Amino acid sequence: MSDIAVRTSELGKRYRDGWALRDCTLEIPAGSVTALVGPNGAGKTTLLHLVIGLSRQTSGTVEVLGLSPRSDAKAVLPRLGFVAQDHPLYRALTIAETFTLGRRLNAQWDEGFARERAGRLGLDLDKKVGKLSGGQQAQVALTMALAKRPDVLVLDEPVASLDPLARREFLNGVLEAVVETGMTVILSSHIVSELERVCDHLITLADSRTQLAGSIREIVAGHRLLTGPRSDAASVARIHDVIRETHTERQTTLLVRANGHVYDSCWEQHEVDLEEIVLAYLGYRPGMRDTSPAREAVPS
Amino acid sequence: MIEFHLDARSGVPAYLQLVQQVRQAIRLGILRDGDQLPTVKEVVAMLTINPNTVLHAYRQLDLEGLVEGRRGVGTFVAAGPPTSPPVDDLKALRSSLERWVARARAAGLDDEGIRALFAEAVRPETESRVA
Repeated sequence: MSDIAVRTSELGKRYRDGWALRDCTLEIPAGSVTALVGPNGAGKTTLLHLVIGLSRQTSGTVEVLGLSPRSDAKAVLPRLGFVAQDHPLYRALTIAETFTLGRRLNAQWDEGFARERAGRLGLDLDKKVGKLSGGQQAQVALTMALAKRPDVLVLDEPVASLDPLARREFLNGVLEAVVETGMTVILSSHIVSELERVCDHLITLADSRTQLAGSIREIVAGHRLLTGPRSDAASVARIHDVIRETHTERQTTLLVRANGHVYDSCWEQHEVDLEEIVLAYLGYRPGMRDTSPAREAVPS
Repeated sequence: MIEFHLDARSGVPAYLQLVQQVRQAIRLGILRDGDQLPTVKEVVAMLTINPNTVLHAYRQLDLEGLVEGRRGVGTFVAAGPPTSPPVDDLKALRSSLERWVARARAAGLDDEGIRALFAEAVRPETESRVA
């Protein structure tokens, strides 16, 4: 397998009312757990649907495992697992019937794995899906995706609707599968705080564009919060990328992507955590209620 | 067996927290020569943490010579960890530090003041080592 699981180049998708995704160029390393983060309507679902071949791009290219998810669908789709937002399932079917459906619809299906996993989670195979808790339904949906034994698992807002315990259990299931199979995982979320420990790579999307893409460790190591007496950011901006600048009467605070060391001694340097970095890229300014307007969600 | 925990608000990266907890456990004699560290899968299940983070921590500890990975078997505390002083020394150091803390409290310092003073006393050595 190549080292890159997903590669897009200037990928764009336009719907009738405008661009849902623009100029998206990124690489997702094989074996990584990548978080796709952004406000609602930023283009996350659009990007994921292009990756799994559910919709066709307007411009640019997308490759999954070195192949096009649409023109090489026969080769790609069996290797892709997907759990859609709110993990839709047939509520009137039992878990066993749901697995039968999975077996019939997928060329590659590991029934033994599906049943073993359901047993381990204490799920009753004869119970109707509609009678399960939200967390259990999410686990059934995850089991469906994992039983395909995919190389790439795509999860759209997998934990947004779950309570904290169900979230933990769901994410544990995903990470366990990563340890066992080395699969690549891409999951979208609008919650940053939980992702830092679960994911190793991160992509931010806001207003249909990507801002930040890379290894979380490098992203965190590459950013600094500088505080100092009130001044303009010009001298810092000559060397480093100033992501956010805020001023009070006597103090200036800069969040920068540092290009090498910050030597200027009039700035006090602080480490900055992932959540604050992501919020800065998404346009949040401390003390301001109004953040950069996210476009309305595009129907998919 | 060591049980890891993560403090999400500490600002210390997760892999470093794991490294520090192993170092600390070796120093305090909770982990000894030949003890096995939890497998990556066990740590992942324990903490809901990215497996690459655990691998990174274990690699770092291996580089520091504190543990050694045995292929297909697991990760073990290396023989003769250099940082662990004899238990008696540790006990003596701890009790003299406790006396010092009591004196600082009697002098009117609060916990924050004690920590600041302690950090300052420790710092020069650390800085000279880095430089």
